[in-house]
Formats: sequence, structure tokens, C-alpha cells
Amino acid sequence: MLRHKLQQRHTSLRDMLSAQLSRLGSTLRHPLGGFNAENPEQEEFWALDDISLSVSPGERVGIVGRNGAGKSTLLKILSRITDPTSGSIHLKGRVASLLEVGTGFHPELTGRENIFLNGAILGMSKVEIQRKFSAIVEFAEVEKFLDTPVKWYSSGMYVRLAFSVAAHLESDILIVDEVLAVGDANFQKKCMGKMESVANEGRTILFVSHNMGAVAELCSRAVLLNLGRKVLDGSPAEVIEAYMGQAGGGNLKIDVNKNNPIFVTELILKDADGNVTSSIPMGEDAEIEIRYSVKEPQTNVTMAMLLARHGSSLLYSYDNDIANELEGKRDVGDYSARIRLPLSRMKEGQYSIEAKIGVGQTNMTDDNAVIVFEICNHSIDTTHRSFRSDRPGHIYWPLEWQTTRLTGNT
Amino acid sequence: MSEQENQVTKRTIIIEAGRADAYYWRDLWQYRELLWFLALRDILVRYKQTVIGVAWSLIRPLLTMIVFTIVFGKLAGLPSSGVPYPLLVFAGLLPWQFFSNSLSDSSNSLMSNANMISKVYFPRLLIPASSILVSIVDFLITFTLLLAVMLWYGVMPTWRLLLLPALLLLALITALGAGLWFAALNTHFRDFRYIVPFVVQFGLYVSPVGFSSEIIPEKWRILYSLNPMVAVIDGFRWSILGGDVRIYWPGFALSSVLIALILYSGVMYFRKTEKTFADVI
Repeated sequence: MLRHKLQQRHTSLRDMLSAQLSRLGSTLRHPLGGFNAENPEQEEFWALDDISLSVSPGERVGIVGRNGAGKSTLLKILSRITDPTSGSIHLKGRVASLLEVGTGFHPELTGRENIFLNGAILGMSKVEIQRKFSAIVEFAEVEKFLDTPVKWYSSGMYVRLAFSVAAHLESDILIVDEVLAVGDANFQKKCMGKMESVANEGRTILFVSHNMGAVAELCSRAVLLNLGRKVLDGSPAEVIEAYMGQAGGGNLKIDVNKNNPIFVTELILKDADGNVTSSIPMGEDAEIEIRYSVKEPQTNVTMAMLLARHGSSLLYSYDNDIANELEGKRDVGDYSARIRLPLSRMKEGQYSIEAKIGVGQTNMTDDNAVIVFEICNHSIDTTHRSFRSDRPGHIYWPLEWQTTRLTGNT
Repeated sequence: MSEQENQVTKRTIIIEAGRADAYYWRDLWQYRELLWFLALRDILVRYKQTVIGVAWSLIRPLLTMIVFTIVFGKLAGLPSSGVPYPLLVFAGLLPWQFFSNSLSDSSNSLMSNANMISKVYFPRLLIPASSILVSIVDFLITFTLLLAVMLWYGVMPTWRLLLLPALLLLALITALGAGLWFAALNTHFRDFRYIVPFVVQFGLYVSPVGFSSEIIPEKWRILYSLNPMVAVIDGFRWSILGGDVRIYWPGFALSSVLIALILYSGVMYFRKTEKTFADVI
């Protein structure tokens, strides 16, 4: 169990003195006490309460929840930044926490100096940093600017360097808070790749994100927090579904809180018979419908969808790959795009579909526009087959092997 | 990673409410390199940002020395224990400036590194400690200047100078102890941002910087030694100037005990409050 009480952020002597005085005043007025004897200034608030979690080595746990759910507090306590008010945590192994990219970076110092400083802040020894130095620089792609103060770096370079230092920390447990929300798409992909390789080395990852796509892609398990309590602990698909409030399953309505002129409003998944569902039988196709609204006329719109399974991208598709009738023009109105998905060739497992929007060079994708579903197997025997769900590969496509004897022993 | 390092890092960390950290000092030792990196950062940044860099560490004590010599030596006509008055002042200024710089910097250090504290774990004690290391650089620069001034006046150092490191350690402990107190208090009560500069300014006049502590009447000297900087400054003069300068040993002993107490209580208070730094900063 884990509890944490957030206190008033700033105190000044004046606040404290006046609190004492008013308490004294009330004591005088109510000399027998009993009137709010506890400190009246301090309202008690439990940022986390009754959270019980056990994470095994190698698990990749996504922590999901709305703002104020207690995700950040949980990470801060796990990272030993703040102390819990009650409860206990047992951590086995070295913990690396990345609550922010580039903590301790100083703009006046050069890239090289910052690598050493930041590495030391994260708990690396000088020898360890020296050993990793070239790998860090290579990953960050800043070789040419190593001796330039980082204040002259572009924001992309800065973030790359900062992430790179943290990513090369040898730890058993990696705690990551939404750091991937920064940087360009390419770099985000690179970060995800790095985290996956970290996970594949058997290290444990705790990952907080609002980006359901990232959670679905990276995590093997997810925990949903709400108002400081654990609501659900299960597969990413279950948890994301619960988080998104997918009532019917297979139909995702997205809260429109964007200022974007064009945004996705709804994602609907239908099986081969046209039923809305989040569970597709293995061996059958399906259809995804993306509904979106246009608030201002647009000329250069590209819609895209990305199908992924267990964290690997499988199929990326633009709306103008084949037909280009609209040529990226959209007048104000509501739109529906229906795509037939060739899922009959896909293995069982957890899948996600992200709907993406680009206008010109601007990415207007909403992180919440991700629908998760599973392909489940009811009828196909995969026991001794190559396409059993836990074997390599994502595609269910039994191939014909024509084996002939070329030479023979006589 | 070496076998030994692996063993240390594979340990189980238990975080529990109100539980004293079993690995506190070991953690501090493991992060010792961070102490140097933080100090190095501050030194590099200082000398990259200020145009005249090193010159600052020279101009300040020189000007103060001149003013104090005129005010206390010439106008007030105070005695100088048989050494040139400017040297008397300078030998007092050296530890005082080290102390006051250390104290102001370490008191503010947690606030100026607030972002790091709220985002990553490392032993918090390193932050105020590193700002004191930075002040040592200034100390060394000023010390070189003092040696030059001594040469100018033809005053030769004696064997007592060899004890200066011990006295510097005494000054360092005083600064660290007080710095830990103020740094921790500063995070919880912002008032200390105004209190510390006042303490430093006030301290300059109640400590024997511009005058010799020998002008204090004998019966008050033990009381005067309740100011721990009296022992430090007297010690510096004794070590650097040699000659007729004497130490008032009962007072020195009292101050030393006080200094040890300040450090001990400072570390205790800091440890008690450091777990809430990230919440209140």
C-alpha cells in the first residue's frame, strides 16, 4: 500500500505565524478545545491511496489515467524524489527514472560537459559515462556540436542528447514519464525503439503516458489510476478500453477538446458481418471507420492509419495511396472514411489502430485517436504451428513448402 | 560493470514512510563524483558568464581591505597586533569571504537547483556541499593575492602556515553546518532569502574582520567566542601573520565545540527535512 499526502506548496514564516495566532485565537475563544483542533489551514488530500502493485522483472507496465489521477506522484515516489506518507515500496535493482528529459542540463555548458554532468546526476560513474560516451553521442547525432554550448542547440538536438544520456544508463528498472511527447516523429520512433530494446534485455519498464498508441505499442501490462486509486490492472487493451470509456467496445468516441481545425471524432471497428466489436475472430477480415470533422476549409489534408500488434507497426496507410479524388481538399463538415482491413492474415493478439491527420507539414494527430482490439482464435489449431501467437512474426499465412529430393544416397 | 559494483547496485531499496534511509551515507559516497561535477559546473558557468571572471575574486577583497584599513586603522586608530593594518584586515577577510560566499551560495543552492530536485533522486546534501567547494576556488585565488600583499609588506610566513589547511577545514565545517541549516530552512520558509544576506552583512561587523579581537576586553572574550567565526578568523591571523598574533585558546576551544554542534545539528535538520524538499520547493 502506498499513500501520499501533498502539502501546501509554499510556506512563509508569516503564514505559519498567522496560522499559529489564529489557532491561539480560537483556543482563547474556545478554551475547552475541540474546535478544529487539527491545523485548519491544511486540507488533507491523498494523491495516492491504496495502490498495491507487484511488477516482475522484464514486465513493461503502462500507467494510465487522467490528469490528477496520481500518475506523476506515483512515479515521484518510486523515483525517491518525494517520500510517501505511509506505505512501503521494495525496489530490487538499480532504478533509472526519466521524469524529464535533460534534468540538470546547463545551457552555458557544452554538449560534452553536459553529458558528464547529466550522467552523474542520473547516477552514472565517470568511468561508466566514458565507456558509453561514443554510444551516447552516436545515438544523439550531435558529433559535430560536442564542444558547442547547448544553448546554441536546436530543440531537437537538445532533446536527442538528453534522452540519449538517460537511455544509456544501465538500470534494472526504468521509469519513464511522457518524455516521448517531445521531439519530432522520427526521434519519437527512435526513442520507442530504444525503450523496446531496453525491454527486450529483460529490464523492467514503468511508463506513464497519455499517448494510448505508445502504451499499446510498448507495454505488456497496464494499470489505470483514477483519483489516486487503482481502478484496473490488466492487459493494455483492457485498460485502454476502460480509460477511453469505450462503452460498446469497438466504438471509440473521442472528446473534442482541440483547437485543431480538423480532428477525429470517432473510430468504429466492425467485424466481417458488420457488427461493432473489439474482438475479431482469427481468420476474418474487418473494417475500420474513421469519422472526423473539419471546422475550417483545408487544402492539403492527409489522413493515415497505423495498425500495430504487440508494439510492432504492421501496416501504415494513407488515404491517398490509391484514390486521390479529394486531392487533400476538405470543406467544412463531417467525414467518414471506411477502410477494409485484411486482418484474416493476422495472428491472434492485441492490436491497435491509430488514426492520424496531417495538414501540409503539420501533424494534427490526437493522441487519443487510438482504438484497441484483439484478434482471438476460436477455431484454428495453432499448437504445433509456426503461427502460434507467441512465435515470431505477426502474419498468419501458412505457406506451401514444395520439398523435392535432389540427390539421394545409393 | 565490476562484480563489486554490481553487488551494490543489485540491492533492494525499501522506501517506507518515516523510515530512515539505510543507505544514506553509502549513497552519498556512490554519488561523490556528482559533487565534483556540480562544483565544476558552477565554476565553469561563473567564468563563462562573467566578463572579468577571476578578477572579481581579486577586486572585492582588495577594495574591502583598503576601506577597512582606512576606517578601522586610520580613522578609528585601532591597534594591529604588530603587523601592517592592511595585512591584519586581509588575513581576516580571507576566511570571512570564504564563509560568507559559502553561506550565501549554499543557502540558495537548493532553490537554484529546484528543477533537479523535483525531477531526479540523488543525495540532496551534495548540492549545498558543492557550492562550498566552489567557494574554495575563490578562496585560493584570494589567498594568492594575500601572499602577494604579504610579500609587498615584507612579512614572511612562518611554520604556522602549515596549519592553514586545518583552519580552512574549520571554516568549511562552519560554512557547511550553517549552510545546511539555511538551505533547508530556505526551502520551507522563503523568508530566509532575506535573512541570510542580513546575517552575512551583520556578521562582517560583529566578527573581528576589520579589527583584531584583542581589542575586546578580556572578561568579554569568552562571550565573544560564542561567534564561531571569531575562532576561525583568529586562527587564520595566527597561522598567516605569525609574529605577535596570539590565539585566545579558551575561546578557540569554545568556538570549535560550537562549530561541531552546528555541523551536527545542520546535518540532522537537513536529513529530517530533505524528503519533503521536492514537495515544497
